[in-house]
Amino acid sequence: MAILHTVNKSPFDKNSLERAIGCAKDGSAVLLIEDGVYGALKGASSSSMVEDAMKTVKVYALSEDVSARGVNERVMDGIELVDYAGFVKLAADHSQVQSWL
Amino acid sequence: MSEGTTKQFLYVNRKAPHGTVYALESLEVVLIGAAFEQDVRLAFLDDGVFQLMKGQDTTGIGTKNFAPTYKALGDYDVNKIYVEKESLDERGLTEDDLMPLTYEDEDDDWAEKSSIKIVSRAEMADLIDSSDVMFNF
Amino acid sequence: MANIDVNGTSVEVDEEGYLVDRSVWNEEIGSHMATIDDCELTDSHWEVIKFLREYYDEYQIAPAVRVLTKAIGKKLGKDKGNSKYLYELFPYGPAKQACKYAGLPKPTGCV
Repeated sequence: MAILHTVNKSPFDKNSLERAIGCAKDGSAVLLIEDGVYGALKGASSSSMVEDAMKTVKVYALSEDVSARGVNERVMDGIELVDYAGFVKLAADHSQVQSWL
Repeated sequence: MSEGTTKQFLYVNRKAPHGTVYALESLEVVLIGAAFEQDVRLAFLDDGVFQLMKGQDTTGIGTKNFAPTYKALGDYDVNKIYVEKESLDERGLTEDDLMPLTYEDEDDDWAEKSSIKIVSRAEMADLIDSSDVMFNF
Repeated sequence: MANIDVNGTSVEVDEEGYLVDRSVWNEEIGSHMATIDDCELTDSHWEVIKFLREYYDEYQIAPAVRVLTKAIGKKLGKDKGNSKYLYELFPYGPAKQACKYAGLPKPTGCV
């Protein structure tokens, strides 16, 4: 079973998202949480890296963290928003959770 | 307080809100410091620009939503707010994505004016260079 | 932490008498807190208390006294937007004392 990679740091501040994407094998998933949800922004310097990753990896963002930061309108197409219950389900559906802090 | 003793205070905000406590701490220090009637400027650069995003709603994460408090800065005579354009660009944002922050200009019949000024990285460098006291968050 | 008894309901306040849980506030609690300070609330008091609650709802902050004075003057007129008027109503300090009865935290910037 595939791994769920979680990222909780802003891609503009830390390289956690870049490293997570680099280590995410085909069919695994990346979940953006806390300040990691800034990695979901469209039209940003990080966007092309995330778009490339989405060809082989499913990318999610935690809706509660997206709303807290007021970036709902700026989330790029193709990223699926999940709530806390969805987070739990994702964790259960994957073999392991790797947290990129 | 005489003109001679007025110093230029610059609060440099570089962190995103909510993920860490820096943004809230900075805002509280600014509000407390406003009582000292110095020349106060706020700079938002790097992830600090996210502090001013419109529509922040922390209900889901169960923390205090301090975003509306930025709108009170004008009441506290804190009305020089500089946002770096390059930082907005890198994040795919424009001034329209930010909360409008205003103040009433006492010297202009209390006309409502914007407190936000978008500046270039070079202008930000000048701003930092010309400040007497800096607080970094 | 301490508790005060408001008509049979126990309400939690901090060591300075400010309400711990802002959401439980009602006018009865405000009046009771004032009674503890030997202060009887009139319509003029309530006008300021209600203004503070509205300010908090909008900005998530209790305004400093200087800000309160200016804002009251703008909203309720110059004869009320001055320290003399507000200190007569709230001798312990308009922001500090009125915020307490309004169920708000102590104003930021108030030591």
